[in-house]
Amino acid sequence: MDLYQELIIDHSKRPIRMGLREPFDAEVHHVNPTCGDEITLRVDRDGETLTDISYDSLGCSISVASASMLAELLTGEDLDTARHTYAAIRSMLTSKGEDPGDEDVIGDAIALAGVAKYPARVKCALLSWMALAEALAKTGVNLSEESHD
Amino acid sequence: MTVHAPAPIAFGDQERARIRADFPILGRTVRHGHPLIYLDSGATSQKPYAVIDAERDWYERLNAAPHRGAHALSEEGTEAYEAARATVARFIGARPSEIVFTKNATESINLAAYAFSNSAAGGGGRDDRFRLGPGDEIVVTEMEHHANLIPWQELSKRTGATLKWFSVDDDGRLDLSAIDDVITERTKVVAFVHASNVLGTINPVEVIVARAREVGAIVVLDACQSVPHLPVDVTDLGVDLLAFSGHKMLGPMGVGVLWGKPEILEQMPVFLTGGSMIETVSMDGATYAPVPQKFEAGVPNAAQAVGLAAACDYLSNLGMDKVSAHEHALTGILLDGLRERPWTRLIGPDSLENRGGAVSFVVDGVHAHDVGQILDDHGVAVRVGHHCAWPLHRRFRAAATTRASLAPYNTPEEIGAFFAALDTVPGVFGIEV
Ligand SMILES: Cc1ncc(COP(=O)(O)O)c(C=O)c1O
Repeated sequence: MDLYQELIIDHSKRPIRMGLREPFDAEVHHVNPTCGDEITLRVDRDGETLTDISYDSLGCSISVASASMLAELLTGEDLDTARHTYAAIRSMLTSKGEDPGDEDVIGDAIALAGVAKYPARVKCALLSWMALAEALAKTGVNLSEESHD
Repeated sequence: MTVHAPAPIAFGDQERARIRADFPILGRTVRHGHPLIYLDSGATSQKPYAVIDAERDWYERLNAAPHRGAHALSEEGTEAYEAARATVARFIGARPSEIVFTKNATESINLAAYAFSNSAAGGGGRDDRFRLGPGDEIVVTEMEHHANLIPWQELSKRTGATLKWFSVDDDGRLDLSAIDDVITERTKVVAFVHASNVLGTINPVEVIVARAREVGAIVVLDACQSVPHLPVDVTDLGVDLLAFSGHKMLGPMGVGVLWGKPEILEQMPVFLTGGSMIETVSMDGATYAPVPQKFEAGVPNAAQAVGLAAACDYLSNLGMDKVSAHEHALTGILLDGLRERPWTRLIGPDSLENRGGAVSFVVDGVHAHDVGQILDDHGVAVRVGHHCAWPLHRRFRAAATTRASLAPYNTPEEIGAFFAALDTVPGVFGIEV
């Protein structure tokens, strides 16, 4: 089936930058109440730069892989990149398959494109991204805000 | 020759084919043309034509508000609704006046829990058995569905009573070794599940009822997973209140039952109030109708009640003994199959003794969601997650499990197809077996 791309399996088995680290500015815990998947996610921010994103994730391959891709994509990046990426991921995942995703923007997370066709799994893929948005909100940053270039 | 003769399948080939033909949905395909293999009846069962037709017939011929008005339709509708109550009562060995129609088991249990707290708040009735306060105790078990846990947690918060529970052992059986310390003179309510929706365990009702009787506690039984699958007779069980859902027993969604001993229902304070449940009303207050009407406020779900009666008739025609034997044999095939696959771990008793047809397991190294997705890709519908029993999953250190659950329309061939699909799981996730 097209859902379980190699990249998803790889990320889920060897999640990148997994584990909770210090220092951090904000920590959140998100749960998917329908299946019990959980993530604890921390962000450390230096001005506009996301210096560290660390996490502990317990869940299905889709939710763990998505967290791993998030950490790989956004660690060391600036907030504008984070906003772009977040918007692109959300658009792809919630498009029911109409937005195929742009690999240049979302990197390995392009492998999650197939998830959009399984409404029950979209929440799995979004779990870490929602956690990131809330963690950043705790530091005073709105991830959904349009960036003003 | 195998050493063990396989358990006989109660419904033979022809009978199985006939039963399956009664369920239109079983003829459809899913996900790229796979025939549907429905092993999720524990969540909700499929419906035979008899049930679909009964509900349709209500709307086509009888639709009117029961117990309101004196025109011809209202009379016929009332008759059909009350006949449905009588059929459901017969199905569990009860009298019609002991059957309260609700929306589902969740509402049935909440009805009881709120009736108790209305009593604590001074509403209706002077019966002390229903009045809880600080120092009183409510007893549940660690294997409860959230529907039979949270209403009691909330009742304990509202009244100051203490919530206690029986724990579950590694085999998935209740640990009743300290029953006299768990159920004490302070216990006012004991609420527990008859057949676990996760473990399959059938609990020893008589043991718990005997202890509850010694201390005068009211016993509430969650029979959601027993009434659809086993012959259940409320007088044999000896409990005070019993809840189940129509949609899990081939009936429609939107109808459930709270059965109660007459003496309990009569004394129990009301929960929902309004039309249809009254005797007289003035601006200062009201008196209430006799049971069961005093618990059925508002225009009822009559079409669904009639559908549920059709489901009871359908099951009675199959014979609950045969239904139970059939599902027992299939459960045996499921347990054997899991045992042959050491990369799976069963959560629940690995024996057919006192066991229903909910079979939950984990696949080492693969999350249940992923297992379910692969099965789904083969047209096999199972439940994944915590099945509304989160504390139980914590107890077994499983974030989620995969559950196959049975109904009379399932076949050994379907179990075979389930295992064939399951065998593709390790490969997809690179697990060595
Ligand atoms: C054991 C058990 N209790 C209670 C319930 C609640 O049933 P319902 O959701 O139909 O109210 C269920 C099913 O979901 C169940 O399996």
